[in-house]
Amino acid sequence: MTDTAISATTLTAQQYREARARRAKRAGLLKHVFLIATSLIMIYPLIWMISASFKPDNQIFGSLSLWPQTFDWDNYGQGWNALSVSFTRFFLNSTFVTVLSVIGNVISCSFAAYAFARLEFTGKNMWFALMMMTLMVPYHVVLIPQYLLFLNLGWVNTYLPLIVPKFLAGEAFFIFLMIQFFRQLPRELDEAAMIDGCSPFKIYWAIIMPLSLPAMATAAIFSFIWTWEDFLGPLVYLNKVEDYTVPLALRMFLSQDGASQYGPMFAMSILSILPIFLFFIIFQRLIIRGIAMSGLK
Amino acid sequence: MEKFFRRNFAGYAFLAPWLIGFFLLAIGPILASLYLSFTKYNIVRPPQWIGLDNYFYMFQFDDRFKKALQVTFSFVVISVPAKLIFALGVAMALDKGIRAIGWYRALFYLPSILGGSIAVAILWRQLFNYDGVVNSALRLVGLDGPYWLADPKYSLWTLIVLAVWQFGSPMLIFLAGLRAIPQELYEAAEIDAAGPLRKFFAITVPLLAPVIFFNLVLQMIEAFKSFSGAFIISGGSGAPLDSLLFFTVYLYDEAFSYLRMGYASALAWVLLLIIAAFTAIAFWTSKYWVHYENERG
Repeated sequence: MTDTAISATTLTAQQYREARARRAKRAGLLKHVFLIATSLIMIYPLIWMISASFKPDNQIFGSLSLWPQTFDWDNYGQGWNALSVSFTRFFLNSTFVTVLSVIGNVISCSFAAYAFARLEFTGKNMWFALMMMTLMVPYHVVLIPQYLLFLNLGWVNTYLPLIVPKFLAGEAFFIFLMIQFFRQLPRELDEAAMIDGCSPFKIYWAIIMPLSLPAMATAAIFSFIWTWEDFLGPLVYLNKVEDYTVPLALRMFLSQDGASQYGPMFAMSILSILPIFLFFIIFQRLIIRGIAMSGLK
Repeated sequence: MEKFFRRNFAGYAFLAPWLIGFFLLAIGPILASLYLSFTKYNIVRPPQWIGLDNYFYMFQFDDRFKKALQVTFSFVVISVPAKLIFALGVAMALDKGIRAIGWYRALFYLPSILGGSIAVAILWRQLFNYDGVVNSALRLVGLDGPYWLADPKYSLWTLIVLAVWQFGSPMLIFLAGLRAIPQELYEAAEIDAAGPLRKFFAITVPLLAPVIFFNLVLQMIEAFKSFSGAFIISGGSGAPLDSLLFFTVYLYDEAFSYLRMGYASALAWVLLLIIAAFTAIAFWTSKYWVHYENERG
């Protein structure tokens, strides 16, 4: 009597488990179908652009096909020299601005983050609150006065308005990200170093920075991507074609009268996002963790 | 006095770059912009004080201002919820250790990292061409697509789709939030025979509310600030018929095409106040639907 009761319950429990596993498997399959379909739609435009960069102009439109009838590398050669200045120049300009911006952001933001996370000083909470408030202010509000300031300094049509602010820790997101990271490091390290007579700078340089390479790398990667893609800054401050960064140069394809150069335009578009794409492939882990940690864009 | 100096020296030394930036590039320009908003200023002549005239003109006579408000609000109100719903849906499908999650995550995030680039804005213009990819796909299912970019009834949808396509970062943040929900809750609900809908509304939504709120505020601010997509797709002018005249595009146009720096500053302040008001409203309503876990009662 008791035996059968037990086996009956165990049987139902097992059946229940099996039914659940079957259901889970079916749901899992459905999920994969949904996810694969969605990711294909998501990626389709990008693949289409790659394929368009190999097509002659007359095959680009009116076709969904991703496979060009003939692979035409000409678009790349033509695109590179399609504008009045060669893309060699534009890529060098972009690289120059981007490298200096990354360096500036990492140094200046880590300074500020170290002060907020590890040092004590009067007014710290107030400055911290003000820093967080700057996160909300749209760039368009400071744009005009900043422009007038740089105009008066004679910096318009130079790269200084794009680079100097990066050395002044303007990106509160990065400061916030670094503070979060620094706070996880044990304070005993600082205290031990202080007892050994280390200065705050020595502690920053020899202890905090080496232990925070992931946070620095994350800030550097985002800084790279945002500066490389930045459009409004260069649009406002650079007026001579030979000073243009890559995004401004790409825009020239659109404003050129009628002369449809779609293939070359797509070829250069692909090249312009290639560095970002490679960074993403290489540093995917850091990028994804960085977003989860700080809510970065 | 000397002690005070010594105690604060290190902190302020490390904070110095940020402090300089804060005064010269953030708070200084914000105040300067407020001052300029009460003036008439075209760079050539010194600013001329006109009191509230810019604001009066804006609200009483400026039809482009009203149009810009309407376009921007439509964009925010449609694109932000759509993006969040999409992000949450995909995040839920990705949750619970699905196979190849790393691949999916990377694929879904890729558009977000490339989406701000001019290359993608250019691509978008071509996708929504009359004989572009979107209409070719619609033709497959027997629909005749409209002139997306030339018809003011449809043009805003191209930008909404572009924004929703970049749902990657809210998705990653949702994913982290979903991981934090204890699995036992779902199991308990299953034993009580709760269906998927019930589980979603009784467990997922309330426990995820803080994350939903965070994403909502962040994406809303981003949407109000978005610029380069609208600028490129509308050819810099908000065309067709100002249907893509985002607030930021209008501001840029006033400041840098017409050199109406005073009026553009007033526009910038209105934008700042709108963003602040929306954020405040979100925070105010949040106490009715967002409850944090450490709260009691």
